[in-house]
Amino acid sequence: MRKVLVANRGEIARRVFRACRHLGLATVAVYSEADVDAPHVREAGEAIMLGPPPPRETYLDIERILHAARRSGADAIHPGYGFLSENWRFAEAVARAGLTFIGPPVEAVRAMGDKTEARRLMAAAGVPTVPGTPGPIADVAEAEALGARAGYPVVLKAAGGGGGIGMVRVDKAGDLATAFASATRRAQSAFGNAAIYVERYLERPRHVEVQVFADTHGTVVHLHERECSIQRRHQKLIEESPAPNLPAATKRGLVDAAVAGARAIGYVNAGTMEFLVDASGGFYFLEMNTRIQVEHPVTEEVTGLDLVVEQLRVAAGERLSWRQEDIVQRGAAIEVRVYAEDPDKNFLPSPGTITRLEMPAGEGLRVESGVESGSVVSVHYDPLLFKLVARGASRDEALGRMRTALGATVVEGVRTTIPFLRKALEHPDVRRGALHTQMVDQGAFR
Amino acid sequence: MPEEIKAHITGVVFQIPTKKGDKVGAGDPVIVLESMKMEIPVEAPRAGVVREIKVQEGQTVQEGDTVAVLD
Repeated sequence: MRKVLVANRGEIARRVFRACRHLGLATVAVYSEADVDAPHVREAGEAIMLGPPPPRETYLDIERILHAARRSGADAIHPGYGFLSENWRFAEAVARAGLTFIGPPVEAVRAMGDKTEARRLMAAAGVPTVPGTPGPIADVAEAEALGARAGYPVVLKAAGGGGGIGMVRVDKAGDLATAFASATRRAQSAFGNAAIYVERYLERPRHVEVQVFADTHGTVVHLHERECSIQRRHQKLIEESPAPNLPAATKRGLVDAAVAGARAIGYVNAGTMEFLVDASGGFYFLEMNTRIQVEHPVTEEVTGLDLVVEQLRVAAGERLSWRQEDIVQRGAAIEVRVYAEDPDKNFLPSPGTITRLEMPAGEGLRVESGVESGSVVSVHYDPLLFKLVARGASRDEALGRMRTALGATVVEGVRTTIPFLRKALEHPDVRRGALHTQMVDQGAFR
Repeated sequence: MPEEIKAHITGVVFQIPTKKGDKVGAGDPVIVLESMKMEIPVEAPRAGVVREIKVQEGQTVQEGDTVAVLD
């Protein structure tokens, strides 16, 4: 491996280029007409224009990206996150073109991309999943059996739909018959399909994920957990490591399950096993992300290890440079995502030109940015502008540094989530580490 | 009185769920914009009949541009 093309843009493209430079690898950027002046284009050894701004004609166009790789003589492709990173057809096309895909094997991408298949494989590997009926139920007796086995509350869900429509929560066995009748009726009217299945209802769960890493020589390790409960509409806003107030038994269970799950599917390279954790410390597999995550820096800050450099090494066939016992969490780290969104207008996108940008600096602070003063924030792409990562000897110190950093950050020209983030970090539940995934949508930080 | 419906954000026209002559209620989506991977409806400010749609799918509109006219 000598030359790496990054099929991405923004801060993650810059992050991968930095890792390449560290290893002495040549770099190739690809870009759209909207990104001609973007920092990621300037920083690469060479850059190839793919086409007009819409992603499907550029960062999502497999053929154009492969063509750019051939033209530039790149022998490996890093997909970053988003775009084509979890598209198994892309991973397959890269391999077929005789290039190295810096990520997991095609089969792992494919299996984990199919959410029901992923749950089935993980359950078979002994990883706990949310208890539920495997498919639609025929009558209320089946729901009662699940309730007796998994405990209450349970939730009845329409098999033919999603988005929470037709969901009915049931707190005790005596209420099941009525709820079953009403959920069936609602499912029929909303989706034209009366089929229902039943799951254990998780009350105010936390989102805790485990970073795993595997090489092609059969070694699988974990790099501990990240807490990502502060999210809205399933988009993470603040992440940290370690997860605060996580019972030791839960932590052990999580990392063991994550490693077992990754091993069971023959995983290679960086991956993340996502779990929901309930109030009693029980945990359930949610999904696996078969790529580097946006929030990987918090893991790097507490372990002192470079995940992206390791991705490149492992893709080149090298053995993992770490043994499990060498990977320890020291202190705490927290990341906030600054999006071009207006928190006063229900997080409406705020495209435009950044007229002024002042980044914070200081002890224990790291900035990962895709933009600079003068950057145009396009309507065509994800609204992530930059990430701030603060580390400290303790969680309180990391939080304090982040509060200071956010106060010193200036973005003019577009609206950002900074006011929201500042409010969130002052919230008593955040300060004491009592987090759950519904706190933003329930209005905790208004 | 005809009333112009203006885009409240900059984006690309993703969908046009209405057409000329359609009756709409207050709050109904007249067109849907896509901006930064989010779909954002531009809603009718009041009940009325769509007199004209001023944009096409795929077109970029700026905040404040007129996207449709309501009778």
